[in-house]
Amino acid sequence: MSLDRRGFLKLAGFIGLAAGTACARRLAGPGSRYTTADGALEAKRWAMVIDMRRFTTAGDTQRVIDACHKAHNVPRIDDVRHEVKWIWTDTFDHVFPDQTHAHLPKALQERPFLLLCNQCDNPPCTRVCPTDATYRLADGIVAQDYHRCIGCRFCMAGCPYGARSFNWVNPRPYVGEVNPEFPTRSIGVVEKCNFCVDRLERGEVVRCAEVSAGGIVVGDLNDPESEVSRLLERHYTLTRKPQLGARPNVFYIVDDNVTGGEEEYVG
Amino acid sequence: MQGTPKNVAAVAIFFLVIAAPHLINLVYAKAWTRPSEDTPRIRALAEKECLESEGWMRRHHMDLLLAWRDAALRDTDRVYQNGRGERYDVSLMRTCLNCHSNRAEFCDRCHAFAAVEPDCWQCHYAPEQVAKEGWR
Repeated sequence: MSLDRRGFLKLAGFIGLAAGTACARRLAGPGSRYTTADGALEAKRWAMVIDMRRFTTAGDTQRVIDACHKAHNVPRIDDVRHEVKWIWTDTFDHVFPDQTHAHLPKALQERPFLLLCNQCDNPPCTRVCPTDATYRLADGIVAQDYHRCIGCRFCMAGCPYGARSFNWVNPRPYVGEVNPEFPTRSIGVVEKCNFCVDRLERGEVVRCAEVSAGGIVVGDLNDPESEVSRLLERHYTLTRKPQLGARPNVFYIVDDNVTGGEEEYVG
Repeated sequence: MQGTPKNVAAVAIFFLVIAAPHLINLVYAKAWTRPSEDTPRIRALAEKECLESEGWMRRHHMDLLLAWRDAALRDTDRVYQNGRGERYDVSLMRTCLNCHSNRAEFCDRCHAFAAVEPDCWQCHYAPEQVAKEGWR
C-alpha cells in the first residue's frame, strides 16, 4: 500500500485527534459520567459584602470565625509563628492602611474587622504558584488543590492580604472537634479560605454568611438583582488595598455614624 | 583459575543475595486475601455492589480517586453517575469511606501486601480513626 503525502497527513491527523480525545477523557467506569450536583448554587462571579454595622463586638466576629474553622477543620494553634487562619480579625488601620488617618472615630478603631481570602479577579497568588495548585475557577472563586501544593509559599508572598497560612507543624493534633466530612491539611502545605466552594457546589450556603445574622452577604456580582449587587448599589463600600490591582471581591460597608449619636450642625 | 572453589562460592553468594527477597518471601509471605467488606453499612446493603464492578474497582480505584479529585476540585463536577444510573457524591470521605469504614481491613492490608504507601490519610480522616479518638 502506498501512501501519498496528503493521505499520510490525513491519517496522522485522525490518529492524533483520537489519541487526544482518549487522553482528555476523565477516567470513569463503562457508561459512567461526571456532572454537577443538582441544586448547586451557581454564580457568574461570587462576591461578598461584609456589613460592619452588624459586627460591633468581638463576640459577633468570634461566632463566625468558630463556625468557619469548625466546618473546615482549621487547627487552632496559639503560637503565632505557626497559626493557621481562614477568617480572622484586625483593626481598621491595619485592614485599610491607605484609607486611615489620625482622626477616625475611636469606636471604628476599636471595631474588629473580619478578614478572609478576597477571591480576587486578578489574584497574584495563582500567578506565582509553580505547580498550579491554586487557581481561579470560572465562577471567580480562588481554589486550592492541597494534593498539588509543594509548600513553596510563593502564594503567601504574592498575597497582599495575608490570607494564606503555612502548616509549619502537623495540624491534626490542633483540630478540636472534627468535621468528618471535610479533610484536614498536612504539614508543609499552604491553606486558606475556599469561599465554601465545596458547600456551594452541593447547594449549601457559605458557612460564615449562614451564622452571621445578616452581617455577611454572598451573591453574584454579575446579577444586578442579587443582594450583593443591591447592597453595593445602595452603600459606599471599601475594598482592601484597591491600588494594587488585585481587584478583591470582598466589600465592606462601614457606617458613617459609628457611635450612633445625634448629628450636631453648627449653622 | 576458572571454577576454583573461591570463585564458585563468590558467585553462589552473589545469587543468594540477589534472590534473598524471593527466598524470604517463599517462607514468610502471606497469600493475598480478599479485602474485608464486613462493615455495618455494607452488611445493610441488599445488593453488595460498589459503584463500579469489583474487578474494575480493584484495577482502577487509585486512578478513579485521582479523577474524582480533579473532577471535584478543578471542574466543579461533584456527582458521579455510573452505568446503572446511580448518582454518587464525588467525595472520598462522604461516599467511599461511608461503606468502607474499615480502613485497616479494607485498605491497609492490601496496600501493605502490594508495598504501596498512599498518603491519603495525612489529610483525609478514616472513620474508625474519628470514632476511636472520640471525634464523631
